[in-house]
Amino acid sequence: MSDFNWLIIYPEIVLLVMACVVAIVDLYVTDPQRRVTYWLTQLTFVAAGALHLGLIDVNLPYGLQDMVVSDAMGHTLAFFACVAMVITMAYAQPYIASRDMLKGEFFTLSMFVLLGISVMTSANNFLVIYLGLELMSLSLYALTALRRDHAIATEAAMKYFVLGALASGFLLYGLSMMYGATRSLNIPEVFTAIGSGQINPSVLTFGVVFVVAGLAFKLGAVPFHMWVPDVYHGAPTAVTLLIGGAPKLAAFAITMRLLVEGMLGLAVDWQQMLVVLSVASLVVGNLAAIAQSNLKRMLAYSTISQMGFMLLGMTAGVVTGNTLSAGNAYSSSMFYLVTYVLTTLGTFGMIMYLSRQGHESEEISDLAGLGKRAPWLAGVMSLFMFSLAGVPPTVGFYGKLAVLQALVTTNVPGYIVLAVVAVLMSLVGAYYYLRIVKVMYFDAIAAGTPAIERHQGISAVLALNGGAVIVLGLLPGGLMALCRDAILKALAS
Amino acid sequence: MGLLSVAIWLPIAVGLLLFALGRDDNAVMVRWLALIGAVASLLVTLPLITGFDVTTAAMQFQENQPWIDRFNVRYRLGVDGISMWFVPLTAFMTVVVVIAGWEVITDRVAHYMGAFLILSGLMVGVFAALDGLLFYVFFEATLIPMYIIIGIWGGPKRVYAAFKFFLYTLAGSLLMLVALIYLYYKSGGSFDILTWHKLPLRGGAQTLLFFAFLAAFSVKVPMWPVHTWLPDAHVEAPTGGSVVLAAIMLKLGAYGFLRFSLPIVPDASREWAWFIIALSLIAVVYIGLVALVQQDMKKLVAYSSVAHMGFVTLGFFIFSDLGVSGGLVQMISHGFISGAMFLCIGVLYDRVHSREIAAYGGVVNTMPKFAALGVLFAMANCGLPGTSGFVGEWMVILGTVKMNFWLAALAATTLVFGAAYTLWMVKRVYFGDVANANVKALADLNAREFAMLAILAVAVLWMGVYPKPFTDVMNVSVGELLKHVAQSKLL
Repeated sequence: MSDFNWLIIYPEIVLLVMACVVAIVDLYVTDPQRRVTYWLTQLTFVAAGALHLGLIDVNLPYGLQDMVVSDAMGHTLAFFACVAMVITMAYAQPYIASRDMLKGEFFTLSMFVLLGISVMTSANNFLVIYLGLELMSLSLYALTALRRDHAIATEAAMKYFVLGALASGFLLYGLSMMYGATRSLNIPEVFTAIGSGQINPSVLTFGVVFVVAGLAFKLGAVPFHMWVPDVYHGAPTAVTLLIGGAPKLAAFAITMRLLVEGMLGLAVDWQQMLVVLSVASLVVGNLAAIAQSNLKRMLAYSTISQMGFMLLGMTAGVVTGNTLSAGNAYSSSMFYLVTYVLTTLGTFGMIMYLSRQGHESEEISDLAGLGKRAPWLAGVMSLFMFSLAGVPPTVGFYGKLAVLQALVTTNVPGYIVLAVVAVLMSLVGAYYYLRIVKVMYFDAIAAGTPAIERHQGISAVLALNGGAVIVLGLLPGGLMALCRDAILKALAS
Repeated sequence: MGLLSVAIWLPIAVGLLLFALGRDDNAVMVRWLALIGAVASLLVTLPLITGFDVTTAAMQFQENQPWIDRFNVRYRLGVDGISMWFVPLTAFMTVVVVIAGWEVITDRVAHYMGAFLILSGLMVGVFAALDGLLFYVFFEATLIPMYIIIGIWGGPKRVYAAFKFFLYTLAGSLLMLVALIYLYYKSGGSFDILTWHKLPLRGGAQTLLFFAFLAAFSVKVPMWPVHTWLPDAHVEAPTGGSVVLAAIMLKLGAYGFLRFSLPIVPDASREWAWFIIALSLIAVVYIGLVALVQQDMKKLVAYSSVAHMGFVTLGFFIFSDLGVSGGLVQMISHGFISGAMFLCIGVLYDRVHSREIAAYGGVVNTMPKFAALGVLFAMANCGLPGTSGFVGEWMVILGTVKMNFWLAALAATTLVFGAAYTLWMVKRVYFGDVANANVKALADLNAREFAMLAILAVAVLWMGVYPKPFTDVMNVSVGELLKHVAQSKLL
């Protein structure tokens, strides 16, 4: 199994080469709109996405001497990450253009973000995971600080960097413990070593605590959530979208790789931790979101609660010692996350669409009367809100359904109680999502709200995004099956 | 595409089309399009009535297609004697609502009409769904248009009312969602309601499921003590919203009891029947008294709705033919009567812009045609023989007498209280001398208003004099349901 199998890392190679190409090309582009760089970036993302899509069914399990794994889950997640990045770039382009951020750095760094994500989704080795994570994180720190003269953004970048470095330290420390105990960095070997039962369990437990803490930070679960509201709020909205979209998929991927593929033998330990994390996230995220007047901050807290909901699905994989429900549980979480990312993209895209030079449109009150000013936009935004709240027939409902189903079908009373807690907290969540709809439709237009700068292309993307939320809500079967197949294949290998 | 699918999707399609038109500058076209859509949606439901086979309790007009394979969810529709009448009733009330909002709504007409048409399709979906998840999707989706309707076209406290409406109902139905998923698990991976009917369950599980369903349906009905959202929603909603709320939306909850609670958890239903009966009687007696002291006409009718719906749940949980059929007849009849009562209030409100009883007096002097119809509906509301209000109440009381005389006596007080609060309002609003300049200036019904009230008056009288078409349809299905409930499903 020591083949290189270069084929399976073609997407990463393309991304890396093109990132360098774009960096160089950008030096010679003086075009004020920098269209060349933008389209080159989009083209690369599309190409990487297509490559990932094509690789889903290619049967070459490992590559680079077992450093990377090629399975349906990794490529599917990476594919969705590519789609998310394409949408992100489309929303971001006019926004950054009007804020003096339309530089080559933005594009190059974004490509490195996707490269990091791509590496993480296919990592088969602790160090490769860490490599991908740092590549993504460092690029994101830099992107957050891209507006050097902007105090809040710089502060957010500092906070993000310091706390992120700390979390990476946690993760690395946990991984080193695991390495010390199992004498391997290779995930399948770690799995086998843990399964052998020869290893001192206290060392493993100690390691897994740090790993979970590191992952919880990246996902933004309570109590490691402190950075989320500040970074979401402080970063330029385009970067908030970059942080809140595709990287969530990567965080899920490494959670699957580390906890499930590597440490399923320790599920009893980490599932308990995830239960605490997710319940705390649901409670804190939902309650804190109610008090926000800033839309981006509200969405940050909402993200925390959504991640809590997603993690709940992960806790139901191993029930009373057997893994029969694992495929069901993890694929539910994956479906939840994919649909969540889709909806979040649209939400932040809408904020950017409504903003303009000198007007960020990030207060909730800025949306007042949108139902009258722009009925279509308000309609699409309402769809996103109802989807986040989990009201049928939007796709968010099926995400919630899938996770609740994973909990209830364990038929363990404790999990059913968890399901009840989850639905009660989503009731709280419904309140603040509905408030957005209320502001858009029931409130009068505030005086001095600047007119919306129409942009045909972006509004088409927004409409498509909203259409996806409702069409997937009417016909969610295909995406569900895709997630299920991906997870089942990953578990089988 | 089957008949029921057309009945669901036609109004939704027209509603979406109206949303797409979206501008107020072509309001006339929008109104006509909405009316045509509503009437067409009503017409497509008529074959249900003519083609319905009253000799079987089996589901009719069935459609069955896979929908979400991952969870074995099916797009399964069908109606039996319990649900059939509600499909045309829903479409009929939508036509009335479109007519009622004709000139009254001038702001965002397209959205108003579109929301009601979409709502109509979704509610038909609730009555026709035979798949648990499909039912839930329709059941929840109805919240969105109603929330928008109350919030945009409602009264001064509309935002509060809209939120209360949405969150109350959502709270109940989320617990039901957990129950549905549990049933999915217990039945070995099926969301099919008819499969659930046959599923044996342990006593403890039945009790929990019963209360999860109760949480969803009692809020929707609404039963005392979770009825407090209704007066707020009714008072703040525009006339059309109140009509649809009272006439159809409340029935979704009562219908849920018959489709889910009774057949799926029969043992728990029998065990806890005393509890539901107690709540129903409180609703009948206590809420009747509350209605008596209301100053606001809409609030009065709202509380009267709660009391009347108490009759429905009472009828369901005495487990007799008369009780259940009576409850169903009461549901349909209350749809006509409460809808008409709210329309009457709307007629007055459009002219005087007040719902206070004290703001009126002697309306009969200036609006004789209107007063005649108004008094008719008021009489129907207190259950005068010859009107539809009498049939259902009489059946339920008769059924209750067979079970326990004193319960029946308590239930029968509704005839006293109902008459008291309704007639007292009639006296103060319609009769007496002309109270003030506003009343003096009132103009009688125009043709549009007369038409919408007259068709409802015909319906009320028809059902009161000749309820046979309604009871015939229900008979076999109700008999089967009761046989089913009588058998234990305990493991």
